[in-house]
Amino acid sequence: MISVADLSREEAIALLDTAAEMAEVNEREIKKLPSLRGKTVVNLFFEDSTRTRNSFEVAAKRLSADVLNFTAKGSSVSKGESLKDTAQTLEAMGADVVVIRHPASGAAQALATRGWIKSAVINAGDGTHEHPTQALLDAYTLRDNLHDNPQGKGLDGISVAIVGDIAHSRVARSNIILLKKLGAKVTLVGPATLIPGGLSAQVDATFFSLDDAIDNGDFDAVMMLRVQLERMNASFFPSEREYAKIWGFNSERHTRLKPGALIMHPGPMNRGLEIDAASADHENSVILQQVSNGVSVRMAVLFHLLAQGETNA
Amino acid sequence: MPSYTLQGATLQDGSVANIVVTDGLIQQVGNDAVGEIVDVAGLVALPGFVDLHTHLREPGFEQSETILTGSRAAALGGFTAVHAMANTVPVQDSAGVVEQVLALGAEAGLVQVQPVGAVTLGLEGKQLAELGAMAQSKAKVRMFSDDGKCVSDALLMRRALTYVKNFDGVIAQHAQEPRLTENSQMNEGALSAELGLGGWPAVAEESIIARDVLLAEATGSRLHICHLSTSGSVDVIRWAKAKGIKVTAEVTPHHLLLTEELARSYDPVYKVNPPLRTSKDVEALREALIDGTIDIIATDHAPHPTEAKDCEWSAAAFGMLGLETAASIAQEVLIVSGKSDWNRLVEVMSSAPAAISGIDGQGQRIEAGAVANIVLIDPKATRSIVDGGASKSNNQPFRGLTLPGRVVHTIYRGEFSVRNSVVTK
Repeated sequence: MISVADLSREEAIALLDTAAEMAEVNEREIKKLPSLRGKTVVNLFFEDSTRTRNSFEVAAKRLSADVLNFTAKGSSVSKGESLKDTAQTLEAMGADVVVIRHPASGAAQALATRGWIKSAVINAGDGTHEHPTQALLDAYTLRDNLHDNPQGKGLDGISVAIVGDIAHSRVARSNIILLKKLGAKVTLVGPATLIPGGLSAQVDATFFSLDDAIDNGDFDAVMMLRVQLERMNASFFPSEREYAKIWGFNSERHTRLKPGALIMHPGPMNRGLEIDAASADHENSVILQQVSNGVSVRMAVLFHLLAQGETNA
Repeated sequence: MPSYTLQGATLQDGSVANIVVTDGLIQQVGNDAVGEIVDVAGLVALPGFVDLHTHLREPGFEQSETILTGSRAAALGGFTAVHAMANTVPVQDSAGVVEQVLALGAEAGLVQVQPVGAVTLGLEGKQLAELGAMAQSKAKVRMFSDDGKCVSDALLMRRALTYVKNFDGVIAQHAQEPRLTENSQMNEGALSAELGLGGWPAVAEESIIARDVLLAEATGSRLHICHLSTSGSVDVIRWAKAKGIKVTAEVTPHHLLLTEELARSYDPVYKVNPPLRTSKDVEALREALIDGTIDIIATDHAPHPTEAKDCEWSAAAFGMLGLETAASIAQEVLIVSGKSDWNRLVEVMSSAPAAISGIDGQGQRIEAGAVANIVLIDPKATRSIVDGGASKSNNQPFRGLTLPGRVVHTIYRGEFSVRNSVVTK
């Protein structure tokens, strides 16, 4: 599981269907399946990410796998050990699947394809490239809220706006690919400095102002991305105030969306910058559902990879 | 050294002749046969190739390449001269270091190793290196470059261009605006956006070239542009040449053959600076090489040890091997394409680079009295590229490709440095 581009529409829908079954397990009093008993899942995290790492850890444990967490701050180079050596060391301890989060785009693909290790590899976010399980959990959340009988369905006809720093967002890249594959209409919104033309070309519409997007779109969901403040220092936009004014989501903009439109955010949020508190806490906000669906989706991915004997699904 | 005769050589104009070599010189080109007879029927005899852009890595990075291993790779590629770039440790920014490189090249004895001097002290872009002292040294340096880094300070570039007029020198610029290429990893465009790799925009190269051709015009000095990689750069050079500005330009074999699409693999063997560009750029570079806008092919042979490439893309070093494959790629682009001829191949691989650097005894026509620097190529052979060859490194971007032509013999100052495709020492 390196890129959502590797999944067919049918495979993606099958994963979402499995995730729905896993969600039922998560409703039970005893939230545990024996499927991965005796298997070892290694969480290999080269970036701080409590949320994604914990989500994978809970997912693996609910499937009865053993979990090994390996966290290294900074790049493998500054640590003095190469990615290859680190991965081989962990595999030597018996890893069946390596879940990798790495600051370098392509790191997961390198691990999966360069012959360094034989274990299955799950990309938990590589640089500014992709974050496939985030896209799956977002698709799951959209499907679950917007369809009455979601099983077996895609997202045909659903309109989604992705707002913010598209250029540096692996969440945006994976979402663009998967949402399009599932039949959704995708609109990108953000400052021109943060929307590469190459990504605009893959979607249905692009707006450089959130107001214009809302006026011209008919969105079923609005997905805000986290703004990283170092982008401001690199002159992608001048100030937090200006960003919030033009691209921040707030109650006033919320009232102009169609009734029931979903408010999404991959977290962690900068309240008051890309989203205001009233919107984040609104009943149409599905931000916490995204978190719990993340566990179900990651259980489904692990289940498809390990229990069904596939590698690199 | 006894005389010998290369019998039945095909010359670059297509005629067939015997080449008699005596005491390191070509004694005659004609029908006579003197001394040992070497049958070269079917082989094309050309002036030995001259590489204006080679990283030999010694001193300082001997785990990647040494002057000896790089000389072997060069000889196998048909080169009789290479220009050793200045980014060694210590940097080639003083008479002492360039003389050391010269001496190590002479000791290897397979090709003429001509050191390139750094423009600025320590390649730091702050203060001129002792260009005059390097020019007056035994290495007689005429070409100066901070290659690997751009002389981005406009004032320093202006001063350097003017200063080398003292000894008819030339500044070879690595055109890369540093602020526009911070964290850059590959060509900027739709593909870099898709792959999430930092973009290296064409304008970062083109804006420096535009500035520098204007500085060359203002100073009346000679400017050489290293590894041109974009169609926009070709436009700027074409404009400058039309104005009579004294600028020359090189293109690498890899920029003539490979495109950014290879980055999809995230295999850093395809990571190079400037980056592989689009097929549109490749097409423009090929046309410019054929029509003379681009003057020469130079390899930018850049060996790196395995660990510098056996890692994630962003952690990997920039650079590719090139010495042993350059002639084949020149043949592919100029001859196999049907768009040019062996005369142009000789210009871009031998006579023009020799003229730019002012190196002695290189790039001469095959005729009586010339130094016997000769390469003999089997133009009908094809070969599959499997590894890094004689280089100490293995960052071979052409692995898996089948390329035309094979260097059979290389003769350096009358002696075989390569005989029957085997290096002689």
